Amino acid sequence: MTKAGLIKFRNDFLDHDITYSFLHSPATIIAALVTLVMFVMAFGAPLFTSYTPFDPGSLNLMDAFIPPAWEDGGTALHVMGTDGQGRDIFAAILYGTQVSLTVGLLSVLLSIGIGIPLGIIAGYSGGWVDTVIMRIADIQLTIPPILIALMIDGITRTSISRDLHEVVAIPVLVASIGIASWPQYARITRSGTLVERNKDYIAAAKLIRTPVPLILLRHILPNVIGPTLIVATIGVAVAIIIEATLSFLGVGVPPTTPSLGTLIRIGNSFLFSGEWWITFFPALTLVILVLSVNLIGDWLRDTFNPKLR
Amino acid sequence: MINFILKRLLQSTVVMLFVALISFFLFNFVGDPISNMVGQETSTEDMEQLRENLGLNDPFLVQFARFVGNAVQGDFGISYRLQRPVEELVAERMPATLELVFVSALIAIGLGVAGGLFTGLRKNHWLARLTLTSSLIGVSLPTFIIGILLIYIFAVQLNWLPSFGRGEVVQITDGWSTGLLTGSGWRAIILPAITLALYQTTLILRIIRSEMLEVMRTDFIKFAKARGLKSRDINYGHALKNTLIPVITVTGLQIGSLIAFSIITETVFQWPGMGNLFIQAVQFADVPVMSAYLVLVALFFVVINLIVDLLYFVVDPRLRADLVH
Repeated sequence: MTKAGLIKFRNDFLDHDITYSFLHSPATIIAALVTLVMFVMAFGAPLFTSYTPFDPGSLNLMDAFIPPAWEDGGTALHVMGTDGQGRDIFAAILYGTQVSLTVGLLSVLLSIGIGIPLGIIAGYSGGWVDTVIMRIADIQLTIPPILIALMIDGITRTSISRDLHEVVAIPVLVASIGIASWPQYARITRSGTLVERNKDYIAAAKLIRTPVPLILLRHILPNVIGPTLIVATIGVAVAIIIEATLSFLGVGVPPTTPSLGTLIRIGNSFLFSGEWWITFFPALTLVILVLSVNLIGDWLRDTFNPKLR
Repeated sequence: MINFILKRLLQSTVVMLFVALISFFLFNFVGDPISNMVGQETSTEDMEQLRENLGLNDPFLVQFARFVGNAVQGDFGISYRLQRPVEELVAERMPATLELVFVSALIAIGLGVAGGLFTGLRKNHWLARLTLTSSLIGVSLPTFIIGILLIYIFAVQLNWLPSFGRGEVVQITDGWSTGLLTGSGWRAIILPAITLALYQTTLILRIIRSEMLEVMRTDFIKFAKARGLKSRDINYGHALKNTLIPVITVTGLQIGSLIAFSIITETVFQWPGMGNLFIQAVQFADVPVMSAYLVLVALFFVVINLIVDLLYFVVDPRLRADLVH
């Protein structure tokens, strides 16, 4: 690209509606920065801390219950203090956020993976296929996703052995949250498909005998996927909350790979004896993370599709 | 109308049968029910005999019919963990959960409707803006964090309210004990009820606000104003009445959710209700309790949905008029 081309690209970028809207929404800028920082720190955890909080060998009980650095008895070695087993809270939060983000993102991917195809098929074929798919979605929508995830997780837990469960706990959790939240994506995709399928370009595609799977994949999908992805952003926040709640209840991720919810659960029992920091910092991290993702999702929705408001 | 009710009842029955089927699968195929009942040294012949006696060798449909028959009579077997009939356990815990849900629903509907009306009618008032902003934060806070926060402030720091349990309970009848007749019972229910109600309050508040804003823009409200009606009559007699359909839908579904979300609140506050029982059942793979809870919660949802559908007829004269023709 020539220099003039680059300058034009830069100006186009800066003049774009979306850039404009982003730069004029301070809350969104902050939320995006916070999310980015959390993401980098969570997945690059070893770069930001030298502790390995979930390797039992590296823990020293002598370090237990150290308060945060600015309190009496705190040390700069453990900025946010330590828990009952001498685990550095800051390091635990980094690794915990990694688990929370992974489960959140993967389970939303799974829900869209189920919801979009079913929505497109329901919307395009109509008739009894549509009725069956959407009726199931309707029924599932009346039950809170967290309850469904709890049921699926509970059923798997009872049907496999405890050791096996440790290994497959995270995939099972992703599956239960993913299966619990597909109906909303199916609904949005279906309503988009209903609009698109009557348009001329679809008629043209049918006329030249494009196979139906190809019509769905190449012509309908790109035109209906946008709104679904926008809703999926807020879906990530919801999935993170569900995961944290299940882990807090003690039925989510196994104790060997704690998420933010597990950390809050561990810290909760120390609240009465005054060790507030063990539960406070993970809880604060969770709230900031969820709030930031929600703010980004709200902004995306308002900018790209004001109709969805 | 009879037709409509019949259709809905049929639909509800299908849903319940479906849930019963899941519950039945859970009960019969997750793990071996026989090995859960007998000790280590039981001989294979004895186990076969027990299997035959319990009818586990019967055809699938016969077994399922028996399961449904028992479930309808409230018989879900014996809890693996506590070695007591499941229906007894559930019946003991039910009053606590229903009381919690009832008080929370009152808070959610009361605050939600009042707040929604206020923010909808006086949308530029500073208090209305503040309410809306804080409701957004309320949605982002997971229920269990709200609970922990309330416990830390009101139980640990201020020491005003208890952090767990139901307080003193009074036995009204054989099967029903209530904490709502004692001072300590009321003190104990405040924090859990607020925790449970908060999310639902914000949802109801937001739906009423947006419906009110919508209705206030319509022509018939403008006409009512032009007629010089009192603003109170306009706001409550005309506007509020016309927002009731979506409000009833959302409120109805939210009361269903309260029962589900009570699992979380009951765990945080160690409230001796059904949710608490269920979580323990999940942790200990106590299948009979799990399947009973599944069926019970589904029943609550179905009944609530049915009531919501029927309420439409009460509040919307247009639906009644359609049915006459």
